[in-house]
Formats: sequence, structure tokens, C-alpha cells
Amino acid sequence: MALQSDTEASTPKFLRGKYAICGVGETTYRRGSQESTRNLATWAINNALEDAGMTADDVDGMLDYSGNDSVFAPQVANDLGIRLNFYMDVHGGGSSTEALIGIAIGVIEAGMCKTVAIYRAMNGYSQVRIGGTGARSAVPIVGDQIHHRGYGWQSAGQMFAPTFLRHMYDYGTTPEQVAHVKVAHSKHASNNPKAYYKTRYTVEDVVNSRIICKPLHLLDCCVETDNATCIIVASIDRARDCKNAPAVIQSVAGRVCKPRGDIHLHYQHGPISTVAGHYAKDIIFPNAGVGPEDIDITGSYDAFTFTTMLQLEDYGFCEKGEGGDYVSSGAIELGGRRPNNTSGGHLCEGYTHGMNMVIENTRQLRGEVDDSCPVGPDGKKQHTYDYSEGGCRQVKGVEMSANLGWAHPGTGSAMIMAKDAR
Amino acid sequence: MPIQGEYMGMMLTIDDVDQENREFFRHCAEGTFHLQKGKESGLLRYPPTTACPWTRDREYDWVPVEGKGAVHSYAEVHHPIQPAFREKVPYMVLVVDLDTQLGQPTEHEALRVAGNLLTADGEFVPPETIKSVGIGTRVRMVFTEVTEGFALPHWTIDEDAEQPENPWRYPQE
Repeated sequence: MALQSDTEASTPKFLRGKYAICGVGETTYRRGSQESTRNLATWAINNALEDAGMTADDVDGMLDYSGNDSVFAPQVANDLGIRLNFYMDVHGGGSSTEALIGIAIGVIEAGMCKTVAIYRAMNGYSQVRIGGTGARSAVPIVGDQIHHRGYGWQSAGQMFAPTFLRHMYDYGTTPEQVAHVKVAHSKHASNNPKAYYKTRYTVEDVVNSRIICKPLHLLDCCVETDNATCIIVASIDRARDCKNAPAVIQSVAGRVCKPRGDIHLHYQHGPISTVAGHYAKDIIFPNAGVGPEDIDITGSYDAFTFTTMLQLEDYGFCEKGEGGDYVSSGAIELGGRRPNNTSGGHLCEGYTHGMNMVIENTRQLRGEVDDSCPVGPDGKKQHTYDYSEGGCRQVKGVEMSANLGWAHPGTGSAMIMAKDAR
Repeated sequence: MPIQGEYMGMMLTIDDVDQENREFFRHCAEGTFHLQKGKESGLLRYPPTTACPWTRDREYDWVPVEGKGAVHSYAEVHHPIQPAFREKVPYMVLVVDLDTQLGQPTEHEALRVAGNLLTADGEFVPPETIKSVGIGTRVRMVFTEVTEGFALPHWTIDEDAEQPENPWRYPQE
């Protein structure tokens, strides 16, 4: 009998380089916004339009995602005076960003609209706490959910923990190795004026912080924040008319699943120390026509330190089982071979369900990250490439980036972007 | 009528149309673990589903399955979400490889059944017991009643089994 794991992954490749991200924007990253998600959404979309040099008339498509904690597209579009030819409100969290970028390309290609603004607006700290306490723990527990929530097995950290521990068991991965992810991302955040947490942490800080759910210490877990983020997608021709250089999309993979998923995520079909990136890599690399060695920077979903380690490994940035060595080698830090999450990501900058890592890589590809470097007479940042605390975070000569989105160990999304060759 | 009961301060509900979960938890209430067995494939599956993942066959029988196995991995919770679990920390959620159908139909597959680590009497275990349990520990199933016709499957250390000398534990204790 045919097994699900044998599913052929190849897809048409003719859209490589034909679409781009032409505008990005966000609100501040805060706890206690005192604002509605509707207000946050219009703020972020306005910033992205400003970044693209577009007006409300230039956008006619809208996509957003949420878990009953946001605002729907028609309301936001009407607030901003945008007349939509297409919109869709999608249920979901992590793994949505890249997937929705792929959907945006598809609907533009189908002639349904011309430019799509994708947003995620959330009060992830002050309304629906992402960690699972408060409103998220009070909802009724029905049917399938009994199989996990009945056991006090509920939050993302609790649900993913058996995957993380099994990786340590299978490959000898240590808490100290994985703590380097927080060390790297906190270093990057210290050079990001808009990051919620700008403090640099050491390996000792991480492994000595209190245990939340083994193997996760407090500092292995991401921050909960209130914010909105927006990414605008258009054809490469339209994107080239925009104010800033386009980040050219080479390939996208959306919500790629491991075989035999269920309410417990992926525990029936092992090895459980392997995550969905193992399958998604066979879509993004062939479709982009490149390999992991061609990627200059990565943006991996860091809901936890462990999620970054697992993804970088399963996408092939190191050998299977060597993720612990890779993330503790210095490779993922600014100044290293392939910096990851140069904004500080979810661990430090703010929690956006994947959007801020794509925004950051867009700015990196432009060569214009918003660090503290001085602005020159041309109005552009004069990057020093001095990565000491409070300094630069632009990576030199970025040509190609990879984003690795994550819903849970069994489902992930990804995207490769390149600097515009023109 | 939905089956509804309060357990650990949580209201747990099984809708009357949810035949798969009703049967699963009813068998637990009767004290014998049952799983769905696909008629075409002859393969068991967990948790309850509406078709066989290997053949798409929607026909199945509920068959009794021995509730014995070894810990494949676990979560050890020190910071709970649900209020009633606060007085139970630390507690363990075990993901257990059943002996039945281990490594079938492919090498890395198993019926991996979740549950808390409890005493043989169905109480949460003390911290010193938790420190003796890890990957490889042999466990057997116990049940805790939610309400009439509805019980949850859990795990307890199998006193009669030969235990590994050093089950794998997270290294930082």
C-alpha cells in the first residue's frame, strides 16, 4: 500500500522570481497596547504602504490570519478606504506567513487582484495570551481536545516537549547547545531599537532560568507581545515601481505536513525528532534552484530555542542530528557564516506568528535594516558592520535568504527570497 | 445528549454525534482499553479517527488492546496552564509506545498513547517517583473516571515488568 510519506513534493517552478515583497511595516512591540487589534492592523498596514510608496488605491487584495483573536479584512480595508477585489481571513498561527504569501502569488496569478496586503494583528499579551493562560485556557474542552488537554497537556511548549526531549535522546543534544539560540537572538535584538527585549543573555542565564516544562527554561521560550505586522506582495514589475528595492520571491512552501498528523501533532509517525521541514525542503530548494549552502541568512520560527535548532537541521543547514553543534558554533550569530533571526525574532523582538522574520529578511536583502547606524546624506543608513552591543545588525552582502515557518513539529512553511538582480 | 463531566476543574464534553470518541472513552470507563482496527488493513490506530490512514477504509471494529508499553518521550510540566494542575506540579505527560503493533507498518511508527504518570490508584505521583521515570520506563495503563460512561486512560509504572537500569532523563535535574 502507498504510504503518505511517499507523496511526491515537486511543483511547477515557473513562478520563480516573478513576485516580490514590495512593502513591510509594523507597529511598536509592546505589552499592554491599550488598543484594539483593528487599530493595530490599520497602523501596520499604513506603515507598509508608506514603505512601499503606495496609496490605498494601489492595494486591492487582503489576507490575514488569526485564532479568534484579531480583526477581519473587510473591516480594516473599509477603515483605510481600500476597495477589495479579493480577501480571505484564514484560521491559523505559525506557518501562516509564508503560506499566505504563496496564496497571494496564486490569486494575483489567477487575475483575481493585483496587490495583496497580508497582516497579522494581535494582542498576544493583553488579550489572548499566546502562552495559553487566561482566555485560551478557559474555552470548553470538547471531543478530540480531551486527548491532550485532559492531561494538562495544552500550551505549545507542553505539546512540543516530547519532540525536543526525543531529539536530545536520539542525538545527545544538550541544553547548553540549544541555549546558544537565545544568546544569538538576544545579541541581535540588542542592535534592534524596536525589539521588546534588548538585553544580551549568556548560556548560563538561559540554563539557570526556571524550568517551565522540561526541557524548556523560561529563557528558551519566546516573549508574548501586542503588535501588528504587514507584508505587501505584488508582481516583480509592480514591485520595481515601489519606493524600496523588492525582495524577490524564489519559492514558497505552505503548511507542509508530516505523515499521520493528529491532535497530538505528529507522535504516531516517527522519528519524532524529525520535523516538517524535512518535507518542506524538497519544495523550496528545487523550486528556487538553490541549496542550503547558497543561503546567506535564515529566519527561523523561534517560538522556542529548540524550534530554531530543529528547523535549521531538517532544512539541511547542517547534518541531521547536528543541530546542537550548528546553533552553538557561532554560525547563526551576526558575524557568523549564516546569521539567523537578525532582528531578535520571537525570542526577543516580539511575537508575531512568523511575520517579523520575513520583514527582517526583506530589509536585510535591501541592505537597509533599521539599526542604530548613522544616516548618510543620501538618507540611507551608513552601516558600520560593527556588531557590538547597540551597534549595527546589517549583514554584509546578503544575496539570498530563507524563512522557515512553524505551526508545530508536524507542520511548517518556508520561503526563499533573493536580492533584486536589477 | 452530550456526555459531560468535570475533571481537574475542567468541563470535558463529548458531543452525541462524536461516535468515535464516545466509544473510545466508554471502553475506558469499562476498564478495557480498545482501539479501532481497520477491516481492510487489520491495523490499529490511535487516537480515534474516521478512516484508516493506510487504506482510507471507513469500516472498523473496536478491539481490546493490551495497555502495556514503554515511554517513548515525555513532557514534565513545572508551570501549568489549568489552575487545578497547579497543586500537582511537577507532573508528567507520557507518550508511550504500545507493545502491540510496535514498528508497524513502518519502522518508526507505533501506537503512541498519551496519559499522565499516575500511581496504581490513579493519583498524581510524588516528585521522587517522577525522577525515576524516563524514556524506556515500562508502564501499564490505569483509568480515571470523569463521569458515568467516560474515563481517561493514564499510565503507571509496571511493577511486574523488568525496568531499564537508567531510563533516559533530561540531564539537568
